[in-house]
Amino acid sequence: MTKHRLFWPAAVLVAMLLANLLFTPNFFAVHTKEGHLYGSLIDILHFGAPLILVSLGMTLVIATGGIDLSVGSTVAIAGALACLYISEASDPGSVSTVLVAVALALAVALVLGAVNGLLVSRIGVQPIVATLILMVAGRGVAQLITDGQIITVTSDPYRLIGGGYWLTVPFSVLLAGAMVGLTLLLTRSTALGLLLESVGGNPVASRLVGIRAHRLTTLVYVASAVCAAVAGLMISSNVSAADGNNAGLWIELDAILAVVIGGTSLNGGRFSIGGTVLGALVIQTLSTTIYTIGIPPETTLVFKAAVVITVCLIQSPQFRAKATRRRTTAPGGQQPKPASADSKVSA
Amino acid sequence: MNTTLTARLRGQVPLLVTSVLLVAMFSVGSIQYEGFFSGQVLLNLLIDNAFLLVVAVGMTFVILTGGIDLSVGAVVALSTMVSAWLVEKHHWPILVVIPLVLAIGTGLGWAMGWVVHTFEIQPFIVTLAGMFLARGLCYTISVESVSITDPSYTAMAQTRIPLPGGTFLSPSAVIAVLVAAAAFLVLHHTRFGRNVYALGGSEQSALLMGLPVARTRITVYAISGFCSALGGVLLTFYMLSGYGLHAVGLELDAIAAVVIGGTLLTGGSGYLVGTVLGVAVLGLIQTVISFQGTLSSWWTRIVIGALLFLFIVLQRLITARRHT
Amino acid sequence: MQQPVLEVRGLRKEFPGVLALDGIDFRLFPGEVHALMGENGAGKSTLIKVLTGVHPADGGQVTMAGRPLRITGPLQAQQAGISTVYQEVNLCPNLSVAENLFIGREPRRRGLIHWSELRRRAEASVAELDLDIDVTARLDSFSIAIQQLVAIARAVDVEAKVLVLDEPTSSLDRDEVVQLFTVMRRLRERGVAILFVSHFLDQVYEICDRMTILRNGRLEGEYLTRDLSHVQLVSRMIGSELADLKSLAAESHRETAAPEYRSPFLVAEKLGRRGAIEPYDLTVRPGEVVGLAGLLGSGRTEAARLLFGADQADSGTVRVNGHATALRGPRAAIGHGIAFCSENRKAEGLVGELTVRENIVLALQASRGWLRPLSRTAQDDFALRWIRALDIRPGDPEAPVRNLSGGNQQKVLLARWLITDPKLLILDEPTRGIDIGAKAEIQKLVAGLAEKGMSVLFISAELEEVLRLSHKIGVLRDHRVVAQLANDGSLTPEHLMETIASGARR
Repeated sequence: MTKHRLFWPAAVLVAMLLANLLFTPNFFAVHTKEGHLYGSLIDILHFGAPLILVSLGMTLVIATGGIDLSVGSTVAIAGALACLYISEASDPGSVSTVLVAVALALAVALVLGAVNGLLVSRIGVQPIVATLILMVAGRGVAQLITDGQIITVTSDPYRLIGGGYWLTVPFSVLLAGAMVGLTLLLTRSTALGLLLESVGGNPVASRLVGIRAHRLTTLVYVASAVCAAVAGLMISSNVSAADGNNAGLWIELDAILAVVIGGTSLNGGRFSIGGTVLGALVIQTLSTTIYTIGIPPETTLVFKAAVVITVCLIQSPQFRAKATRRRTTAPGGQQPKPASADSKVSA
Repeated sequence: MNTTLTARLRGQVPLLVTSVLLVAMFSVGSIQYEGFFSGQVLLNLLIDNAFLLVVAVGMTFVILTGGIDLSVGAVVALSTMVSAWLVEKHHWPILVVIPLVLAIGTGLGWAMGWVVHTFEIQPFIVTLAGMFLARGLCYTISVESVSITDPSYTAMAQTRIPLPGGTFLSPSAVIAVLVAAAAFLVLHHTRFGRNVYALGGSEQSALLMGLPVARTRITVYAISGFCSALGGVLLTFYMLSGYGLHAVGLELDAIAAVVIGGTLLTGGSGYLVGTVLGVAVLGLIQTVISFQGTLSSWWTRIVIGALLFLFIVLQRLITARRHT
Repeated sequence: MQQPVLEVRGLRKEFPGVLALDGIDFRLFPGEVHALMGENGAGKSTLIKVLTGVHPADGGQVTMAGRPLRITGPLQAQQAGISTVYQEVNLCPNLSVAENLFIGREPRRRGLIHWSELRRRAEASVAELDLDIDVTARLDSFSIAIQQLVAIARAVDVEAKVLVLDEPTSSLDRDEVVQLFTVMRRLRERGVAILFVSHFLDQVYEICDRMTILRNGRLEGEYLTRDLSHVQLVSRMIGSELADLKSLAAESHRETAAPEYRSPFLVAEKLGRRGAIEPYDLTVRPGEVVGLAGLLGSGRTEAARLLFGADQADSGTVRVNGHATALRGPRAAIGHGIAFCSENRKAEGLVGELTVRENIVLALQASRGWLRPLSRTAQDDFALRWIRALDIRPGDPEAPVRNLSGGNQQKVLLARWLITDPKLLILDEPTRGIDIGAKAEIQKLVAGLAEKGMSVLFISAELEEVLRLSHKIGVLRDHRVVAQLANDGSLTPEHLMETIASGARR
C-alpha cells in the first residue's frame, strides 16, 4: 500500500482535510445554493485550479530535467493581455470578443514558451537561467500592458472562465479537470510520456535510441507556458481584473513545490500527473487551513519551507544513506546496506 | 603568445561590454537631461543602491562556486523586521541589534550551505526553502510594517558625509564600498578566494588537488547570508522600517547585477569589479528612467530582462567557443 | 639491491559485489619508469586510486622508503610524496597556470597571496620542464598537451618521490608525446619514480624500464621490459598462454556460415575523426559478421560510433546500399536500419528508472514518433516474447531495468534493437561482464541473426569469440585499423594476437 507512488501525497492531503474537521466541524459539508455548489471542499478546488494548471505544465518540464521559473510572469502577461483586449473592445460582453482575447493570450504564451524552450534546447542555457530572463522581464511586460494600473473588465463570458459556474460546478474546476485529462491522454495514451521520461532519465541514451530530444524539450516549455496562460486567464477572470504586479506572484514556487510533493524528482525522469494534482491540492488545503484556523495567512511560508526541506531530504540519496546507516549499524554492527536505488520513496 | 592574449581578452568581453554600456548610458543621460552630468548623480547611485551592492557582493561568491542563493531578498526583509522589532518594541540598543541580525543571517546562510553540501540537494531548492522560511518568519513577528523612530537609526539615515565639490555620501554608501573592497581583497588575494574560483572551475579537480571543498562551499553561503543581513541593516537605515514585503524580488536584481557584471552562472569566472559595475548599470537604468519622467518604472524590469538575455547568450557564445 | 621507494604488499580493495584488487604486490624503485599494464577492469585504475588516496584500501600494507604509510586522502598522499596526473587533466581550467601550480599552498605575505613571488616560482617550475609559457594566462588557453605538462609540473613541484601518470598520452599527438617523454626522462634522471599507465604498447616499450601486469584484480607478474616481447605482453594481459590459444583455435570454428556474395550494405571510405580514430575503410555485406579486435582503448568503440552517427566523422564518406549518406546523428543512422548497443550499458544504453518493457520498446517507439504509440498489448507482446526468447531474468516486464544483472541488462538492450529489425547491428562488447551462460546465448543469437541476413559489427576483446563469430576481422591498435583479415579458417588467435602486438600484416 505505502509502496504506491501516490500513497504519501494522498495520505498527507487526507490528514490535512481531517485536521480541518477539528476546527470546522462542517468542513466536509457541500450544499447547493442557487444551483451552485458551495462548501470548503469546493473552495479548495476552485482556488486551487490555477495552481493545478501551472503545476501540470511544470511537471512536464521537470520530467525532462528542467525547471520553468517564468510561469508567474506568464500568468500575469496572459491575464493582462486578455483584459486589455476586452476592456478596449467595442463589445466587451460578447462571446466573440472573449474568444479573441483568449486566443491572443494563448498565442503570446506559445511564443514565450518557444523562446524558453529554444534557449534551453538549442542554445544550451541551463533551464533555471533561461527562464529567469522571462521571470524578470515578464513582470515588466505585464505592467507595460496594463500601464501599471489594474484593468477591470465587465464581461460575463470572460467572468465564466475563472468565476462562473457550469452544471452547478465552478467552471474553472471543470477547465482544470479537462486540461489534466487532456495531458493524461496526451502523455499516457500516446508515447509522449515514455519519451519524456526517457529524455529526463538518461539524455545520452535517449539520443542514441533516436529520440528527438531538442524538439521534446522545446515542446514542454511551450506546454508549460500555455498552462500558465490559462491559469492567468482564470485568475484575472475570477476577480474581473488584471493586476500586472501581483497576479501569479510566487506561483512558480508553489508549482515546483506541488510537483515535488507529488513525487516527481527534480532530477527528471518518472513523472506523476496524479501526484502533482494531489500536491497542488495539498498546498491549497494548507493555505485554506491556515486561513480558517486564524493564523496570519502569510506564515504559510514557514510551513512550505518545512515541507520543501522534508521532501527534498527524503528524496536525497545521501540523506537516505545516512539515515539507514545509522539504523543498521546501531544494533550489533551489521554491514551498512548500500543505498538501494529501487526503494524510491514516493513522497 | 598571441593566442593567449586573445583568449585572455575573450574572458574580459562581458566586463568590457558592461563598461562600455555604463559609459554610453551616462553620456546619453548627460546629453539628454539637464543636471544629469554631476558628481552627485553618480554618488546617489551608490547611496540608493548601497544595500543592493552588498547583497550582490555576497551573491557573487555563491555564483562563482556555481551555486545560486534565492534567499537573499527574504533574509534582507527578515533583517529589517528583526531590527525594527527589537529596536522599537524592546528598545534594544543598536550596537546589540546589528551584530545579532548579522549573526542570524550568517547562521541561516551557513545552514543552507551545509544542507547543499551534505545532502547534495540543488542549491536553488534549498535556498528557495530558506526564502520561504525567512519571509514566513517576518510575518510571525508582524504582518504589518513596523516603522522605526529610534534616534540612532534616524541619525544613520540622515547623516551626510560631505565630500569635496559640495557632494556627499551616506554612511550606508561608505559601508557598501568597504564591503566591496574587503570582498575584492578576499576573492582575489586570499587562498580562500582562489579556492572559491577553483571550486567553480572544477569541483572534482579541487577535491583531487586537496582543497577544502566542503568548507569553501559552506562558507560562501554563510558569506551570502552575512551580506544579505548587512544589506538588510542598510535597507533599515534607508527605509526606517521593518516589513515582510521589503526587498521582494531583490534576489533577481542581485543575480542580474552579477550576470551583467560578467560573472558566469556556471561558476569559476568573473570579477568583483564586474558586480560593482553591474549594480551601477541597474542603478543607472533607474536614474535614466526617473530623469526621463514619462517612462514608467516597469521599463526598468524590461530593460534588465533584455540585458540579462543579451549577457546570457553572450556567455554561452564565449564558453561554447572556449570548448572547441 | 636498491630499496624500493614505494612497496605494496597484499593490497585488497572491495567494492559492493566486486573484489577489485585481490592481494596485489607491487614495487617501485627510484629513478625508473614503471608501466602498469592490464585491460580495462583489470584493476589498474583502482590500484592508482588507492595509492593516491581517492579510495581507502581494505587490506594490505604500503611502505614508502621502508617506512609503513597509511594513505588517508589525496592531500595526505601528496604530502607523503605520491603525486598523480590523471587522464582527464585534473586542474582548474579557469585559473592561471601559476595558480594551478600552487593553489592551496600559495606563497603569502601578511595573509595575502604574494602574487609576484607566486609568478616567480611558477616560472621557475615550468622552466624546469623546458616549457616556455606565460604562467599568468588561463590554463584553458593552452592545448591539452601543455595542460598535461602543467599538471606534471604541479605534481613534481610538491616534492614528489612518486609520480603517477594515468593515460597521459591518450589525447596527445606524436610531437606532444615526444615532449612528454623528454620531461619524463628528465624526471627519471632526478630520481623520481614514475608509474606510467598507457594503452599504447609502443610507448610503453619506448619509455618504460619495468612493468607490472594485472589481470582480473590479481597480480600477473612483474617483468623487465626488455625481457618481455610484445606478444608475450599481450597474452599475459589477456590471460591465455599461446599454447592454450593454439589448442583453442582448433575448436574455434566459425559458427556462422559464409554469406553468399551480395552487394555491400555499408561501405565506409577513409572515415575518421581527429583524436578518436584514424581514417579507415570498411565494407559490410548483408549476412556478414565483421569482428573488430584489439585491446580496450585501441579505438574500436570510436570506429563504431562513427558508423552510427553517435559522433560526427570529420573525414571520409559512408555509402548505405550504394547511396552516399551523411550520418548526421543516431536518428539518421537508425533511419538507414543501423542499430548500436553501446559498451557502456548504464550511461549510454538503459534508462534505469524505466521498466524492462519500456526499455525494450524505446527505440522502436522513438522511430515511430510519439503520435503513433505502440499499444500496450503490442508492448507486452514484444516484451514477453523477447524476455522468453533471450531468457531475461527476472521475467517481469514491469521490473525497473536497473535492478537487473549486467547480462540481463545486455539482453534488454539487444531486444530493444532487435524489435526494430535492423539491417546492421553494431554490438560493442556485448558479452563483457556477463556470465558464461549468457555469453554463449548471445553468441548463438548473433550467429542466428547473420544467417537470416542481418549484418553484424561485433566488437570484443575476447579473441576466441571474435574468431568464432566473424567472417572478417578488423584489427585495431593505437586508434588505427592496422589490418583486415578474412577469417577463412587459417586464422588463429595467435595470428590475431601477433597482429595486435606488432601492428604488422597491413
